[in-house]
Amino acid sequence: MSEAPVLQDPDLLRRLLRAKDRMDAASHEEWPVGRLAEVSGVSEAHFARSFKQAFGIPPHRYLLTRRIERAMALLRETDRSITDIAFDTGWASLGTFGRTFRDITGHSPSAVRSQGKQTVRELGAVPECIVSAARRPGLTTAVSEKRRQAANGTNRPEQTQESS
Amino acid sequence: MKQGIDVVGLYVRDQDEALSFYVDKLGFRVHTDVGNGGYRWLTVQHPEQPSFQLGLFLPGPPVHDEATAQALRAIVAKGAMPPLVLTVADCRAAYAQMLAKGVEFTQEPVERYGTLDAGFRDPSGNGWKMIQGRG
Repeated sequence: MSEAPVLQDPDLLRRLLRAKDRMDAASHEEWPVGRLAEVSGVSEAHFARSFKQAFGIPPHRYLLTRRIERAMALLRETDRSITDIAFDTGWASLGTFGRTFRDITGHSPSAVRSQGKQTVRELGAVPECIVSAARRPGLTTAVSEKRRQAANGTNRPEQTQESS
Repeated sequence: MKQGIDVVGLYVRDQDEALSFYVDKLGFRVHTDVGNGGYRWLTVQHPEQPSFQLGLFLPGPPVHDEATAQALRAIVAKGAMPPLVLTVADCRAAYAQMLAKGVEFTQEPVERYGTLDAGFRDPSGNGWKMIQGRG
């Protein structure tokens, strides 16, 4: 399990951060690895590997956490329909959104909506990006793996190898 | 003010680069710039806030061993240092001005909670929130 930490070049990390920032700023957009790699100025293969090494999560999964986080904020803070929220946060279908949302948060979108409304204003003094980050769902395992665990009632450690 | 916080430091990847960013692009001014050998104490301040200095420091010897310095450089480059917040009188105007100077914005001005905020990074990766003061 324990891997020796591999030192990554700070200049590369700074460029990987740029790709992460771009996903943060527009998580509803499509972010194929090619587009991200271009932002960071590296090859696709190098990007996926070094992003996961730097931030501990493959780029696509990181994007999912940002989309879910954004959807949760919209559910709490607005009265917009769940369908609108699904499309506006980057999903191609309501079904995929609902399924992924439940897999990641353990709740349905409508449950999160009814639970969260009363806490919205309490954190008004904290910059919104920090509040969002604090509320971001953890996603240390692949969504498919999470589903499997839920089905089996098991709690296995994170997979170390997987494609993003 | 007689008592209070005087200096808070940031780690940067290059002090000349940081100096030109904070002075030329953000409009800060140099408070202290003194060196001794490879060591350089560099602080800047906001022109409207002379009681507070922002230190632009380099991870490295004699303060850090090389492994620690390497780890700090990586942490800064990954944007993992704590958030910094700049208050401005007019967020949109500051945004336009800074964008024209080539500041790397991570978020354009957005209206939230009755005010406006934007996000940018310094060249090293330190993340700033720029919030319009409530007057």
